Amino acid sequence: MSVTTLDPPEDPVLARRAAIQLAATSSLRRRKAYSTAGIWVCRAFLLIAVIPLLGVILYVVSKGLPAWNVDFFTQVTKPEGIPNGGIKNAIVGSLIIDGIAVAFSVPFGVVGGLFLAESDGRIAGGVRLMADVLTGVPSITIGIFGYIVWVKNVGSYSGLAGAFAISIVMIPVIMRAAETALRGVPGTLSEAALSLGARKFTIARRVVVPAALPGLITGVLLAVARGAGETAPLLFTAFGNQFLQTNPTKPMETMPHTIYTYSSQPYADLVQIAWGTALLLMLVILVLNVGSRLIAARLGRERG
Amino acid sequence: MSGGTVSRRRRFTVPDRAYRFALAAAAALFAALLVAFVTAMAIQAVPAFSTLGASFLWGTVWDPYHNIFGLLPFIVGTLETTAIALFLAVPIGIGTALALAYLVPNGLRAPLSTTVELLAAVPSVVYGLWGLVVVAPFFAVHVEPTLTSLFGWTGLFAGPNQGVGLLLAGVILFIMVLPTLVAISRDVLAAVPREQVEGAMAVGATRWQVLWRVVVPGARTGLLGAFTLATGRALGETVAVALVIGNSAHLATSLKANAATIPSLIVSSFGEATGTQLNVLFAAALVLLVVGIAVNALGRFFVRSVKRSGAASVAVA
Repeated sequence: MSVTTLDPPEDPVLARRAAIQLAATSSLRRRKAYSTAGIWVCRAFLLIAVIPLLGVILYVVSKGLPAWNVDFFTQVTKPEGIPNGGIKNAIVGSLIIDGIAVAFSVPFGVVGGLFLAESDGRIAGGVRLMADVLTGVPSITIGIFGYIVWVKNVGSYSGLAGAFAISIVMIPVIMRAAETALRGVPGTLSEAALSLGARKFTIARRVVVPAALPGLITGVLLAVARGAGETAPLLFTAFGNQFLQTNPTKPMETMPHTIYTYSSQPYADLVQIAWGTALLLMLVILVLNVGSRLIAARLGRERG
Repeated sequence: MSGGTVSRRRRFTVPDRAYRFALAAAAALFAALLVAFVTAMAIQAVPAFSTLGASFLWGTVWDPYHNIFGLLPFIVGTLETTAIALFLAVPIGIGTALALAYLVPNGLRAPLSTTVELLAAVPSVVYGLWGLVVVAPFFAVHVEPTLTSLFGWTGLFAGPNQGVGLLLAGVILFIMVLPTLVAISRDVLAAVPREQVEGAMAVGATRWQVLWRVVVPGARTGLLGAFTLATGRALGETVAVALVIGNSAHLATSLKANAATIPSLIVSSFGEATGTQLNVLFAAALVLLVVGIAVNALGRFFVRSVKRSGAASVAVA
């Protein structure tokens, strides 16, 4: 701001000082007003962000809890109008499909993570980018891939096809988490083992992997949480099944699929089952997430 | 593991070369998986291109009964829902991340951040259920009439208030991408070097000036990455959108109109599709996959370059 004045008073120095002070004060006042406004806008946005997110949770709890009773856990899904329907088939199907997916993804992901942790350079960088990209690929395309690879060749929808699709969701998550965990193991540990004449495999099996175990478990739990909540990869692989099915070569019901199909039904009792299933699924995923954090925090403290 | 167990156990080991080979094999298998992913989709999509030419990608009519397959309404629907989601997510996401990184009292920061991260784990189908059963009626009764009376002159709010439709899908997408967006943005905003923040404060900048002129520009590449990743998520989100968008194959010109996206098209018609329609759906999935890979690679590139330079500047300090 200019400090020249139209009619100069007797003492130009004092006048200049007054003008500068005036300009500074008004600038400060303006900047402070902007600052307060901007900060309150940010806080308001935080509130806007938190309200719908908490709204989802509150609704799932308040609408899902009334759906929970003994039948909900012990009966299979029943058509509209027939009382005492449950989601036993979906719980069993989800357990089997996610179990198979975990059994396949964990060794694959951990070995892949070992590769990433032990190698730098272009090839490892490429694989790392592929893993990152695969975690963000639209999940429906994973379902279509599972359909092409499995359902089309085998000739029928099956729990195994669903487990294959869910593995593709889990593997990159485990790989990247395993890499981070394995890189966190101090190099001095493997150097000490090397100096004792251990082979690389022995070092990995006896030193590095055990030392990185908490991080590995955290990664696996997060991957399970991620895989268990996916719906789109299962639609055209595991398909769904209104009956209890424990044979993974046959179509199976899963919890996300139950929520998906029942939420758009015009019948209140089926929508209620959907809310109850949503609550159960959300609780499982929450427990897996919180559990992984607790393990990471606790073992981190023990080691620290 | 103690030394005792080592001696008691049967010794089993693998030569270094075999070990390295096994690791490389796992990595190669993983890379092959991604290549197979794209290739399998492309092979299945080829018949659509050979029978229809490439023009079905921008055809405006979708009429499977007469073998007319135009994907444009779904491509436009995907872009429209993503645009609505980002229109809301950019300001609210940056504001929330700034608040979480710099404006919230220390005691509240950790619980609020954890809450936001846990919310990222809520399954998308749950958002779909909530959107359809709870938010859609609320939109039809309260939000849409209000918006129509305020902004009806723009022509963007023509048609009946039905709750489900383009606007609801965009808003639900916004809510779904927000947790991940905020988590990444908060990290990159917090990674701006402390001495830059302190330097700005030392020359008399207000808190807002520090945040808006120093922190946000310093984190812009990372923020760009966060928004790119959110775009990828919004483009590919399937079940939640399929539940709340109303699934109509017509080009939507009103925010209240029913519409469809590429993922919602696949979900709603893949089950009964045969012949050419099935191949067209594979082609749609291929488009989605390629765009998804490109957007995610770009987003990762931005986020990663920030983390690297951020780490370097911390190390220098």
